[in-house]
Formats: sequence, C-alpha cells, structure tokens
Amino acid sequence: MIHLDPAVPDGPIEQKWDQHKFEMKLVAPHNRRRFEVIVVGTGLAGGAAAATLGELGYKVKAFTFHDSPRRAHSIAAQGGINAAKNYRGDGDSVQRLFYDTVKGGDFRAREANVYRLAQLSVNIIDQCVAQGVPFAREYGGLLDTRSFGGTQVSRTFYARGQTGQQLLLGAYSALARQVEAGNVELFDRSEMLDVVVKDGRACGIVVRNLHTGQIVSHAAHAVVLATGGYGNVFYLSTNAKASNASAIWRAHRKGAALANPCYTQIHPTCIPASDEFQSKLTLMSESLRNDGRIWVPEEFGDPRPPNQIPESERDYYLERRYPAFGNLVPRDVASRAAKREVDAGRGVGPLKNGVYLDFKTAVERLGRNTIEERYGNLFEMYERITDEDPYQVPMRIYPAVHYTMGGLWVDYNLMSTIPGLFVGGEANFSDHGANRLGASALMQGLADGYFVLPYTVPNYLAGMLGQAPIPADDPVFRAAEAEVADRTQRYLSTGGTRSVDDLHRELGKIMWDNCGMARSREGLEKAISEIAALRVEFDRDLRVLGSADTLNQSLEKAGRVDDFFELAGLLCRDALHREESCGGHFRVEHQTEEGEALRDDDHFAYAAAWEYAGPGAEPILNKEPLEFDHVHLAQRSYK
Amino acid sequence: MSQTNGQTGGQTAVHHGRTLDLKLCIWRQPGPRAEGRMVEYDLPGVSEDMSFLEMLDLLNERLIAKEQEPVAFEHDCREGICGSCGMMINGQAHGPQLGTATCQLHMRKFNSGDVIEIEPWRAAAFPIVRDLVVNRSALDRIVEAGGYISVTAGAAPEANIIPVPKPVADAAFDAAACIGCGACVAACPNGAAQLFTAAKVAHLNLLPQGQAERFSRTEAMVERMEEFFGSCTFHGECEAACPKRISLENIVLMNGDYVRAKFKNRRLAGRR
Repeated sequence: MIHLDPAVPDGPIEQKWDQHKFEMKLVAPHNRRRFEVIVVGTGLAGGAAAATLGELGYKVKAFTFHDSPRRAHSIAAQGGINAAKNYRGDGDSVQRLFYDTVKGGDFRAREANVYRLAQLSVNIIDQCVAQGVPFAREYGGLLDTRSFGGTQVSRTFYARGQTGQQLLLGAYSALARQVEAGNVELFDRSEMLDVVVKDGRACGIVVRNLHTGQIVSHAAHAVVLATGGYGNVFYLSTNAKASNASAIWRAHRKGAALANPCYTQIHPTCIPASDEFQSKLTLMSESLRNDGRIWVPEEFGDPRPPNQIPESERDYYLERRYPAFGNLVPRDVASRAAKREVDAGRGVGPLKNGVYLDFKTAVERLGRNTIEERYGNLFEMYERITDEDPYQVPMRIYPAVHYTMGGLWVDYNLMSTIPGLFVGGEANFSDHGANRLGASALMQGLADGYFVLPYTVPNYLAGMLGQAPIPADDPVFRAAEAEVADRTQRYLSTGGTRSVDDLHRELGKIMWDNCGMARSREGLEKAISEIAALRVEFDRDLRVLGSADTLNQSLEKAGRVDDFFELAGLLCRDALHREESCGGHFRVEHQTEEGEALRDDDHFAYAAAWEYAGPGAEPILNKEPLEFDHVHLAQRSYK
Repeated sequence: MSQTNGQTGGQTAVHHGRTLDLKLCIWRQPGPRAEGRMVEYDLPGVSEDMSFLEMLDLLNERLIAKEQEPVAFEHDCREGICGSCGMMINGQAHGPQLGTATCQLHMRKFNSGDVIEIEPWRAAAFPIVRDLVVNRSALDRIVEAGGYISVTAGAAPEANIIPVPKPVADAAFDAAACIGCGACVAACPNGAAQLFTAAKVAHLNLLPQGQAERFSRTEAMVERMEEFFGSCTFHGECEAACPKRISLENIVLMNGDYVRAKFKNRRLAGRR
C-alpha cells in the first residue's frame, strides 16, 4: 500500500496557501542554476511552469512531442477562463468560486486545493493581461466577462471563441523568452516514453526523437509532467488526435498512484458524428449556451425541418427541468439530459443523434452582429463541418468525451506519490472532483504552472542542495532506454494484419458503449473482458510498417494505444468499484427517481488512488478520505 | 484568385450520402535526404462529409491493408486552431476554400473524378522531413527573438488598471489569431515569413502593454526572420492563403515600426 499524505497545511482555509508559502524552503538566486528541472508538455500548465522556473533561474529542460510548444492541445480551448474578479459586481468572490467548484465537482475534490485555485484565479488574469493576451473588452476599455454553466455570476474572461489559443500563446511567448535567455532548453519532437526512478525519487526521463527515432535519457533533480488528459482512450473525443496518456501511464507503472480515472467529462455541446470515418468530434463551446436554447421536438421522430416546428411543439427540456439554471446547468447534467431525449427517440438530424441548439431568439433580441462578434468563429466552424448555417437553422449537438478529471494523484504541493515527480494541469487528478465546470481547465492549468509549481518545486529542490543529478549514463537510465527500445521494436515486429487506428477505434467503441455516459455493473464487467481480449488481439495482430529510425506516425500511435489498453482496464475497474453516481460518473444502479446522480457519501467520499501491481495483476486501491468543512455535503440541485 | 469563399451553406444544403471517386497525386519522400516523387493513388468511395484529413486517413488505412507505408502528414486538433496541418492542394496552400485550414476543408468542395495534387509546403526555410511533413522550427526562432512582453509571473499589475479601447483590443486580437501553420511562407513566391512575423509584431505593438519593448522587439524579430526566410515583395499571396485571414496591413505596420526602430534604437544607443 502507498502512504497517501495530502500534505494539506494547517490553519484556516483562507490562510493555508499564504502560510505554506512562508513555511516552504527557498533556494537563493545564486544556487538556482545548480538545479535542473525537466518539464514534459508545453501546454498551459507545462509552458507556464517551464517559463516561470526559467525566470526564477533554474536550469529547465522543456519537452514537447509537437513540432512547436504552441501546438499543445490547450490551444483548442474555446470558451474562457474563470476568475473571481467580481468586475461585474454581481456577487462573485473567492469564496463563491470555491463553493461553485466544489459543488460543481459533486463533492469529490480536496477543499484546500480548490480554495487555493480560487484565490490564484485573480492573479492569472493580471498575469495574462500584462503578457498581452487580447481578452474581450467593453467599449470603456475594461475587461468583459460572460456566464458559464454551473454558476449564477458572470466570471468568465474570454478572447472570442479562442481563449485557449490566446492564453497558450501568452505562455508560449513567456517560454520563448526564457529559451532566448538560455534559461530553458527546448526539445521539440521529443516524446517522453518513461520516467526514471532511483532510490525512490524521480531522477529523469527517457525520450524518443520522433524524427530520428533516437532514444535519449535526460537527468534532473525533479520532473514535472504536464501532459494533459486521457480522453482519447474513447477514440472519438474532442481531444486532439495525438493527445495521449503514455506519460502518466508510464509514471503510474513506475509507482505513481493514479486517482479517479472513471471521472470523465462528457461535454454536452459537440457536433454529432456523421459517419464511420469520423476521426474526432468537434466541440462547440459551452459559451453558446449563454444565448442558444436547447430543445427537441415534442413529437417522437418529428420529420419536419426545425424551422417549421412551431414554438408550442418544442420541448426546451433544460429550461423546463432546471428553471433556475436553465440552459446553463453543469456539463454532466446537460449531457445526461440530452442522452435521455435521444434515447427516448426524440433525437434530431439525419442519424437522429442530436438535439437542437437554437439561436433564433438571441439573433432576434441582440441582432446578428452581436451574435457574430461573440461566436463568429464557432458558427463558421460549424458550417464548414456540417454545411448548415447556424444563423438560419438551429445547430445540432450531442455530448462527446471532452476532459478527464482523473489523473495522477498529487498532494497539496502537486507532487505525486513518487518524490520529485510533480504533475500539473489535466494530467493530475486535479481540483475538479467528479465534474469540471466550464472555463475552469484553463484556470487550473495556469494556476499550477505560473503560481503553484514555481513555489512547490523549489521547496523540494532546496533539500537537495549540493547533490548532482543522477548521471544520464547510470545503469538505471540504460535499463529504461533498453526497455523503451524493446517496446518500440515489438510493435514493428508483430507483423499482423490490423492497423493501430482500427484497433483503437474498436477499443473506443467498447469504452463508449459500456463506460460512457451511463455505466452499469454488467456493462463494465463486459468491457473489462472485451478490453482484455482485444489487447491479446493487439499483441498478436498489430501491423506497423516501416522502421524505428525515421518519422513513423503509426509506430508513435502504437505505443500510445498500447498504454490506452491498460488505462482502459483501470478506468473500468474504477467505475465498477465506485458504487455511486457522482458528476461525470453515472451508474444506472444509483440514481434518484428523477434520474439525477445519486451519491453515497457514507461509503465513497474519497479519492480512489490506484497503485500499479505489475503486468496483469489486479491494481491496489488506496483511499484519500475527503472532508468537507466549508461546503456542506448536499445533493446538487440546479432547479 | 480561383478561391471560393465557401459560403454555400443554407437551409437546404444538407445532402448527405454523396460519395466521390478520386485520383490523388501525392508527394512521397522517405526521409529528409531521400529523393521524393509524385505517386498516384486511386481512392474510390470517399464520403463528401469527410474532412480532407479523414480522406487521407482512409487512403492510409487502405495502404496499410496493402502493406504499403502510409503517407506521413501533420495534424492534431483537426479544428483549425493548432496550426499543425497544412499542405499544398492543387497548388494552393490549404486548398481551395478561403480562410480554411486543411483540417476544416471538407470533401464536398470536390467532385467525383477530380484529380487532387497534394504536396508539402515548399520553402527553403522548411526542410522536408518526410512525405508531407516539413520542419517549421524557424518560425519559433522568430518568436524567441522578441515575440513577447517581458513580464515575470507575479509582477503583473491589476488587470483593469490599463483600459484598452475595444477597437485596439479587437485589432490586436485579429493579428493574434495567427496559428503559425506556415501557409503564408508556402504561398509566397519568395518564401518570406513577413505575414507571420507581422502578425506577432502587430499583436503586441498595438497594445499599451507592448509599448515598452515595441521597437526593440520589431528590430529583433525582423532581423531574426531575415536569417531564415526570403524577402517580401508584396505579392499578397500570403494573405490569400492565410486560414485565419490575417491582413497584409500588419506588414505595413511592422515595416513602419521597423524603420522607426532603426531611428529610435540608434537614438537610445547614442544616449547611453
């Protein structure tokens, strides 16, 4: 068993972080160059952490498997970033953002972390504005905000529908500045394929250069993983095609506990799949629910085009069922409601697999120009994909896998159960509990990267003053390199008949059918055995052509899908063991009479931190009990 | 320009189900130093609802089934924002639809029987890695030279302390929308990166926060750009190819600031 110490500082929740910052050890400026830190991933969390540690004077190596740090998937975030600035004077505060996040997460997050996140949210906006992030502004020149799901205040800052892009370009520019200054060494096209641990501490990584196939070790005093989420285990998701779980899965195999993998977020507003060749699903920002109204025809299988269905024959089911929050209920609630309508046979579109998101009232009320200004790029994107003009006909939307709340377990310092291995952003099990609120991923990534890791990593380093990193030619590195090379070679030499994508698509279907929006004991048990059987097929019948010493995209994918297989098994086991419904985890056996998620706080108010027990062995469950002293446990209500 | 604006949508334009039979001519090159050539492939049964990249996925699945190596191409978000994808499609960067990245181009813009020529970006600064994949790292070098506002984490003042007039913020945003795909360079007869550089320069130089480093930034970025890329002769092909419709006006702004930088930076140097 792993000893899980959340390391939450003592004292009142409002003062924990300040007090902790005072108590943490410092490294004097002249000593910082003597410490090497590896940061894997250059999205919001990784890019910001690498830049900030570089600014502080540490010797940083930043790794990305993309051709440029700017390609990280943070770039695709659309809607916005939350911050408790209360610029609207509408009753927002740190306390309220904290409350909304804990409640939105269905009471499965660690209170102290969430409180710190809410406190830091205001600093993030200051930092990004100073960097030149072109947030939306009002005519007076001050920052504009909008509303998002699960809240009753307007606290979301945005840059049209491209907020993630602009925030990432801010972090990327800060990183570029440190690269130019020589504080950060950048390794692009370098995919991390293992974490190296010696004497119980993380001491480096093994990477494969994707252009040359060269396998190289890098040593450091500490390693930060900020490698994103694992939504692509479902094959079809809104994640970028290359987003993968290999970095966190490799760390898990080396001893880092993986927490709450079953908390997966299904985003309610995505463009429905059109055919079997669909390679990914496209998100339509949650911000659209500010002005768009969701409905289905009252009549089952109504064949009329949407604009010919009169108001009296439409069911605005979110407004009907949740009058207080209406179309802005949290994501998990909106997704399940859409599934319910489609399953009941009221789905719309050629495949009857969507619901309408209608802007007619908004266009009438605000004018086309205002709508265009708010959502122009999203409407354009929708039209390109579907060939329908959303200014004229309602959008068709359906839920899709979008974000994963689970991830590597971390303590208050964002350190995993392997000392020296830190985890930031979506890759950690995070502050979102069982469901993330919209516009909170960017907030968490940047809080981790700019304001948490730059304090907690030095606190760890301070204890190692005078120690050199384990040299990169140490036998422990050599062994890890050999293992990576073996694995790579194995995919090439399988010599079967099925492509990686083919196997991945099948895995995704098993996951979506049995471990998607509605999960049952029977389905999960079936999934576990089907995944195991497909894994055997993968080992036996995979076909990867070409060689390991050139750019070989199939080979890259093979490694990622291989790790997805193992993660998928753990995800289903976690979902199976959690005999309750909460947030993004919905067990059909556990629901209220009205079909809402039914938690079991007596038995499941804990984070499930799974420990790897070896190939094929049952993983070991460790529990971190969660206590709610400030937000009282209650059944969520958005009525 | 033979580009169309793609505004063919509308109430009744849903016509799912059409399939296309295509002939593809694709640049195949096994490695950076290997010789490349155009190779023809027949690809029947392409759904018109597929994106261009899904069409290539389909080709690759069929190639793998025949034990032929798939075509390497860059892609990631497939939502037109990461800037990874990009190829010359019938001689046009990102293909025939104006303001659209390759991943957002859909097969309904093509007809059955079409021959589609697909090549990598062609530019001296973008060496070919394999097939349709090129190395665009030179763009990062330009940003490293000065594409930032120097602010250390934690040192920022309260965000609303400097009001930014909405039109200024909007203009900065328009420039900042660049996705760094490199289509502008590929479309330019000179292989110049003026539009990319100008987009970043204009984004920061327009904002009040960017004024302190305005001229040093401009000079550093322009000069770094010239180490890698060709010269701008104002053909305007870059603007036509840009999937984010970045305006040529940014180049005018950058050139103006560059000239003033030469004057300002020298005067500041003289004062020291």
